[in-house]
Amino acid sequence: MAKVVVVTSGKGGVGKTTSTAALGAALAQNGEKVVVVDFDVGLRNLDLVMGSERRVVFDMINVIQGDAKLQQALIRDKRLDNLSLLPASQTRDKDALTGEGVARVVAELREKFDWVLCDSPAGIERGATLAMHHADIAIVVTNPEVSSVRDSDRIIGLLDSKTAKAERGERIEKHLLLTRYDAARAARGDMLKVGDVLDILSIPLLGIIPESQEVLRASNIGSPVTLSAPTSPPGRAYAEAVRRLRGEALEVIVPAERVGLVSRLFGRKVA
Amino acid sequence: MNVVTPPRTKIRVRGRSFMAFVLAPEPPLGIWLRDLDAQIARSPGFFEARPVIIDLAAFTGGEPGTDTLLTDLEQRGISVIDVENAGAVPGTDPWRRPLIGGRNAGDIDAADNKYAATPTETSLLLAEPVRSGQSVQFSKGDLTIIGSVASGAEVLARGSIHIYGTLRGRAIAGALGGPKARIFCRRLEAELVAIDGFYLTADDMDQAMRGRAVQIRLDGDALVISPLG
Repeated sequence: MAKVVVVTSGKGGVGKTTSTAALGAALAQNGEKVVVVDFDVGLRNLDLVMGSERRVVFDMINVIQGDAKLQQALIRDKRLDNLSLLPASQTRDKDALTGEGVARVVAELREKFDWVLCDSPAGIERGATLAMHHADIAIVVTNPEVSSVRDSDRIIGLLDSKTAKAERGERIEKHLLLTRYDAARAARGDMLKVGDVLDILSIPLLGIIPESQEVLRASNIGSPVTLSAPTSPPGRAYAEAVRRLRGEALEVIVPAERVGLVSRLFGRKVA
Repeated sequence: MNVVTPPRTKIRVRGRSFMAFVLAPEPPLGIWLRDLDAQIARSPGFFEARPVIIDLAAFTGGEPGTDTLLTDLEQRGISVIDVENAGAVPGTDPWRRPLIGGRNAGDIDAADNKYAATPTETSLLLAEPVRSGQSVQFSKGDLTIIGSVASGAEVLARGSIHIYGTLRGRAIAGALGGPKARIFCRRLEAELVAIDGFYLTADDMDQAMRGRAVQIRLDGDALVISPLG
């Protein structure tokens, strides 16, 4: 039975697209058939982060409007042949995304894949609500900052009321993915603590992704960090998050609470 | 928070009540308006798109400024929908206006439907956290929440409000006039608390009470926060 996952946040720039790519690739490394779907019509980025931008011919809007078959729009990853991308349109506007069309595409993807990862646009408007509507599982990407936490809280409220599952009276499974976690800043106390974020959002923690140059580098070379640097701290953190997503009970280790004096001094120097 | 209503074969017409705030200006109006400005500055957006009724009981006629009061209030973003006790003040007819503006208070989900089914219910229990952007209003009695009220969320009740979690947003008790209503919470981190129209913003709260389990009650016209237990 395929699982539809929405990667969402409310706030922009917290790492939804990067996380979608990294989690999708890590799931595929585990042998699952995965498709990552870009819902950010007009501001598509997932193709760049996946390194598939030169191979985009058709996009989701073409499929919805009947100009192309789903099979024609899907782009198979060059590194992992059980990983595919369904790109968004860069030229159309959001209104081309219809509720009925999205329902049809998602239903078709469910038949072909084990995991359908939907990369939601920022905001709480149409694009975001359509991306979350058919999801079975939501991954709420949050930075340890007050504004991001509040926006995530708002999104969780919408997940509990606007999704197809909620409308049927069922509960959508929700997970928190804490990204851009800066151990040096946490040690100085100028960032929200993991415990505080969990207390406010009260949903289970899927993983903590440390802030890292490796993530930036991965995006620029068009490769998910779990493929380009699987042994780096963020690469390992995403791989562990995927093991939890697949149902493994794996303890989350909070990086900052183990920071010693040396790295604290180092952190000050950097700042 | 849309509630999808299935199509019905019969058309039902139901009564619907909503809450309006009553604002009672006092002469001299110049000073009262200055106080109001200070209040609004401390809590921007408090009156935003809320229907407000003006109570002119304190006026005996002839006080300066009543003729421009409506414009003065509207300039501050207060949407006046009606006036009461205006016997002594001439020319208030234009104040009574058809109900435009105001704000849809937002639907309350399943829990609200439950009380609609049992109209005798005098308390409402929510077993979930109230998320940012959500507004829960209960116009019949006490409201109990098992969970936290997030920053940017709002809970309103005719009676008292009990929160078995952290109050980070706004809680408004005694919202239809109830000086005996109280607010209880396991941990106080509120943006605003109000009882019977008297309110206190985060900046005005006793900082020693923040982060603690407290109860809030009205003593005369002052809100008193005291630790629980």
